[in-house]
Amino acid sequence: MESVARNQSDTGPGVPASTERPLIYRQSRWTRLTHWLWAISLFFMLLSGLQIFNARPQLYIGKQSGFGYDNTIFEIGAENTSAGPRGYTEIFGHRFDTTGVLGWSGPAGNETARGFPSWATIPSYYDLGTARVIHFFFAWILTTTLLVWLVASLINGHIRRDLAPRLDDLKRLPQDIANHARLKFHHTREYNTLQKMAYGGVLFVLLPLMIITGLAMSPSMNSVLPFLNDLLGGRQTARTIHFTVMVLLVAFFIIHILMILAAGPVNELRSIITGWYRTDPPAHGGKTSERSA
Amino acid sequence: MAKFQISPNFQISRRKFLTAASLGASGIMLSGCDAFDSQLSIGSGLRSFLENANGLTHRAQRLLGGGNSLAPEFTEADIRQPMRPNGVTAPDDDAYKALLANNFADWRLEVSGLVERPLSLTREQLMNMPSRTQITRHDCVEGWSCIAKWTGTPLSLLLDQAVVKPQARYVMFHCLDTIDRSLSGDIKYYGTIDLVDARHPQTILAYGVNGKPLPVENGAPLRVRVERQLGYKMPKYLYKIELVDGFADVGGGRGGYWEDNGYDWYGGI
Repeated sequence: MESVARNQSDTGPGVPASTERPLIYRQSRWTRLTHWLWAISLFFMLLSGLQIFNARPQLYIGKQSGFGYDNTIFEIGAENTSAGPRGYTEIFGHRFDTTGVLGWSGPAGNETARGFPSWATIPSYYDLGTARVIHFFFAWILTTTLLVWLVASLINGHIRRDLAPRLDDLKRLPQDIANHARLKFHHTREYNTLQKMAYGGVLFVLLPLMIITGLAMSPSMNSVLPFLNDLLGGRQTARTIHFTVMVLLVAFFIIHILMILAAGPVNELRSIITGWYRTDPPAHGGKTSERSA
Repeated sequence: MAKFQISPNFQISRRKFLTAASLGASGIMLSGCDAFDSQLSIGSGLRSFLENANGLTHRAQRLLGGGNSLAPEFTEADIRQPMRPNGVTAPDDDAYKALLANNFADWRLEVSGLVERPLSLTREQLMNMPSRTQITRHDCVEGWSCIAKWTGTPLSLLLDQAVVKPQARYVMFHCLDTIDRSLSGDIKYYGTIDLVDARHPQTILAYGVNGKPLPVENGAPLRVRVERQLGYKMPKYLYKIELVDGFADVGGGRGGYWEDNGYDWYGGI
């Protein structure tokens, strides 16, 4: 890291230190290691999960799936129309034509009826058994990683120092939203309010909810923690929540990537690989107005 | 630093941002997911490694639940629909059809293998044994669930009557229905569970569902209920129970028809 620091203190010797952009050690090895383990696990869990969903591309509310009655709130399917087979997606009774992506997809002339398309599932062909093998392997990795991260981050102060919300965060929120909307980012050691909300939301809400709803779908875990499904509203509701959280995690991932691209991918990537992060020059006198916010 | 003209604040223009974003997105779309297909066939090193997680899940759930943690039971009000049939729902096997034509009067349940006293029981004999009735949720590996009331003979009673030899480790279920055809002939459904699940108080051989005799589509005359596992672990059209010390030499050696087709042996999750 030393060499990076030296090479890039390129403003040269004559320039006052205050205008330099210091390279600081921002992410501990625990944060970096767990980040990439999550990235890998979530990638495989998403793609195997979509394959698992394809075995029954419907979501229900309640303890069971309605066959003699209707409690379906989401469905991906295919139907024959006068214009040939079409794929559709139905959400709360509203039907959308999603041919080519959801319901009916594949290489031109070789389309088939499948929920999520081949490029979004592992394996690419229909194989529920294999998808489950992959899904549960990475479920263990993901859960273990979360526990390791939790312990390490409690000990090294990452949670208290970087993630715990403070009163200040609330005050900064409006300006923070405005900055993000204009893609105007500050590079400091601290996370901004929206970052805290996003990372905290994923680590303390979405991932635990994913694990809990996953366990609630296990008939064996139901015998160990019978209250879980009562709390969640039944096994099929748990499955629906599991799917919904997946959508939220994908949304987080997309925004996360966009923000990295906007904030400077080289610097952001360096910090999550090596830990070192180049920050803005310390604010001083006349410079403050320019970088106000 | 001139060439790092991303501006002093590391900010990039909207145009650059959108270009980069769309490039990134299309990269993800193009990656496709057939990259892993060839590594995942049964027996391949990577797949066998990943499958270890199933053994871990099995041990962890046994540790947490022990032998006797009970699957949730429901009320009559939760029975809102007929039991959904799945898999084979009308066996085309001549032997089965002959038994069915005779209302299973000639059907026998055999208990054999590693037992001191092999049994051969008629349906009446089974139904005259103490029974258990339970309203439970059937969870299919595909993801759906269906609640129904099952009545049958606890498997543990049969095991006690047959006296299981100490070297027995699994119960193998043999079924009358042909599930698949291969070059070497018809494949009849079969499956295995360990003795912990076999002796579980809710593990019954069901001859009744929702207060009526078990219909053909749900596995008449007898099907297994293993309430802490998924549906594929509960064979239908049962005719023989065999106590074994392993299953390496049966079928594909993975302990069941679906297991031989890539499903995990332990179906508790």
